[in-house]
Amino acid sequence: MRDSVSILIGGKAGQGIASIETLLTKGFKRAGFYTFSTKEFMSRVRGGSNTTLIRISKNPVNAPVYKADIFVPLDTNAFYHAQDRITKETFVIAKKGNFECDCTFYDHDLESLAKSIGSPIVSNTIAAALVFGLLGCDVKVLRGIVEEMYPNELLEVNLKALEIGAKLGEDNGSCLYCIEPTLSATQTKDFFLSGTEGVGFGAIAGGCNFISSYPMSPSTGVLTFLAKQSQNFGICVEQAEDEIAAFQMGLGVWYGGGRSITTTSGGGFALMGEGLSLSGITETPMVVYLAQRPGPATGLPTRTEQGDLELSIYSGHGEFPRIVLAPGDPKECFELARSAFELADLYQIPVIILSDQYLADSYFHVEQFDIESKQPVHHIVKTDVDYKRYSLSDDGISPRGIPGYGEGFVLVDSDEHTEEGLITESMSVRNEQNGKRLKKGELIRNEAIFPEIVGEGEIVVVGWGSTKHIIKEALEFINDTNIASIHFSWVYPLSEAQLAPLRNAKQVITIENNATGQFAKLLKQHGIVIYAHILKSDGLPFFVDELSEKLVSVLKEIR
Amino acid sequence: MTTRFDRIVEDNAWCPGCGNFSILAHLKEALEEMGLDPLQSAVVSGIGQAAKTPQYMSVNMFNGLHGRALPVAQGLKVSNPSLTVIAEGGDGDMYGEGGNHFMAAIRRNATIINIVHNNMVYGLTKGQASPTSQRGFKTPVQTEGVHVEPFNPIATAISLDASLVIRTFSGNKEHCKAMLKIAIEHKGYVLIDIFQPCVTFNKTNTFKWFKDNVYELQDDYDPTDKVKAFEKALESHPFPIGVIYKGPPKVILEDALRDESRVGDKPLYSSTVDYQRLGIEMEKYI
Repeated sequence: MRDSVSILIGGKAGQGIASIETLLTKGFKRAGFYTFSTKEFMSRVRGGSNTTLIRISKNPVNAPVYKADIFVPLDTNAFYHAQDRITKETFVIAKKGNFECDCTFYDHDLESLAKSIGSPIVSNTIAAALVFGLLGCDVKVLRGIVEEMYPNELLEVNLKALEIGAKLGEDNGSCLYCIEPTLSATQTKDFFLSGTEGVGFGAIAGGCNFISSYPMSPSTGVLTFLAKQSQNFGICVEQAEDEIAAFQMGLGVWYGGGRSITTTSGGGFALMGEGLSLSGITETPMVVYLAQRPGPATGLPTRTEQGDLELSIYSGHGEFPRIVLAPGDPKECFELARSAFELADLYQIPVIILSDQYLADSYFHVEQFDIESKQPVHHIVKTDVDYKRYSLSDDGISPRGIPGYGEGFVLVDSDEHTEEGLITESMSVRNEQNGKRLKKGELIRNEAIFPEIVGEGEIVVVGWGSTKHIIKEALEFINDTNIASIHFSWVYPLSEAQLAPLRNAKQVITIENNATGQFAKLLKQHGIVIYAHILKSDGLPFFVDELSEKLVSVLKEIR
Repeated sequence: MTTRFDRIVEDNAWCPGCGNFSILAHLKEALEEMGLDPLQSAVVSGIGQAAKTPQYMSVNMFNGLHGRALPVAQGLKVSNPSLTVIAEGGDGDMYGEGGNHFMAAIRRNATIINIVHNNMVYGLTKGQASPTSQRGFKTPVQTEGVHVEPFNPIATAISLDASLVIRTFSGNKEHCKAMLKIAIEHKGYVLIDIFQPCVTFNKTNTFKWFKDNVYELQDDYDPTDKVKAFEKALESHPFPIGVIYKGPPKVILEDALRDESRVGDKPLYSSTVDYQRLGIEMEKYI
């Protein structure tokens, strides 16, 4: 019996890989497995060659592996696209003769089988049922899901397909890849969430009531998610003419007392630079969800990278405080998206939620958690006649009024301004106001979330954002008590408390999904010495097996 | 006349004789005479000499970035629809840097009074061509004269079926105030393009030039006739002033977004989160 199985499904866009993913992930979860799925796809609406990886296990798995145990190529291209991921042990479900490999073939032409029951499009359902049966799972579970997914004229043919696939799976008999479900009934109350959904639900919990965005992969999921939920939670949704307007509309909403978010990727975020700066000087809160993809420019639109950390930290002219949060899984997406609204409102600053395509599009097993139902605190004051928007205060925070609420005027200015909010060129006022804004930066540092530390070893492996569980599983695999791992979800500004564990480390190894080690550079600014960088920037996330190998070779050098 | 919108200003950045002074005075008087409450009004502006207008008023102000007044104004209006929201700036601000927002705002049709001070030149950056500069207009940058046709905001607004399109002249107090009042009263987006002289950087389109080159539309002109309105929009030397186009009733942005999200009329700052519902929605992801 194995602990986990990886199933890779490949095909062209429009061939129904997404349906297989939904069927199988729902099915496996209900059958009592820890389930994880992730996808890589080309930037096209039809054709190309894409894959979805599903992992199931009796233990929590929340990271991708490169090598496939079971591979279902839905067309010839899929086979060539993924051939590096096939080993001698890989069980390939496809018609023999279409491709050649030193692997185990389960020789069936799914498309012909689908045609034989009158509909070539149901080959995906056959494939799903076949895999399900192959793993010794009860096909009844899958039947229930098919009935939910196709409550229409497509049901009958899909049920036929299901039976064909299940039978083929059972006929295999040997159960090479069977693993035992171990989850207790209570654990099936756990969530199966993507990073996108985590951010969306977190924004709702944080009191988001407006979103304005320009669509851009891989951020659009949050826009459509909130649009879908708009009536349930009173969220006004407007598609902006460009990212500049998306950000500016958001500022208008916050100025009026609402809570707004905008969603984008690197290219769109670049256009928001001036808005970020405006948020800074006007001390108007704003929340941005930045889902990274590889650049420069258009780069690889549907792929993943952690290449915009520096952009998020340094974007915007002038000097002003901000917060950058980088969740490591959907649970953290929820928590940090929720916090982003509170932090933005409290400190009157822009807060950036930094995710990426890998995290946004991957589905994780998330243990059930209770949602704290405390209403968000609106840090808004009712103004009096003498209200001054930028009154000087010890901590740098001026009570924020909003127009139409109270007896005073709320004057907000992108020019350097007086306490009242009127334009000025007085150098002394400039120093007072600039100092007031920057003072908030120190307060913010004290809020910094402590990084998550696993293990007590002297060699410290550092990651941030979406690599969290990949690093975690790689280190579990290596199983070396000399190694500790530290994961940062609050990446800017860094506090001394956050850095302390790194100062005591014998060697620090950073792992980043980019080419230049952007977080390592940030750590170096704080005087942390980095022994080695493990970097990857080909557009794909790290894989547990790949990262384990790289880590082992770095560790060998150390010894 | 004194108004509740007056502010004591010690240091005004405008040149003596600038058309901005007249527009400021007409606006404050129009708002006063329409009985608007300064505390329930907000002027959102960009950057430029015209965009400084709210600095010299007693009113809520969001003085943002060059070209970006309209998106901020739209966000504010959706955030709190009970506010009277004005988006104000110059021709470079609204038609140049903010051109895309101008088109989008017309189509979105939020209840915004979009006041554009149109002096056919860049003032704050000291005398370069603006989108509305006339052909042949010489500047330190366009040394041989502007060689493109001027942007026609009126025709553009009509082509996008703007809810209300007005042109007036800062030097005609009665007309300008009357037009501002029509704009303030209107539900939906209003473009009010106000011709004004720039006494320092535009020696071509002077007060006298504007006075000689505009004429008032007569009472029998029907602004609801789109084709006629187009004809009027294309007229120049003299340019017609008045209500040039009044579009058919159409969806208002703040109403639409609030209907679609079922958020109602209340300002967004009074919204609460339905955590019970959140729990139910999240259960669907089990």
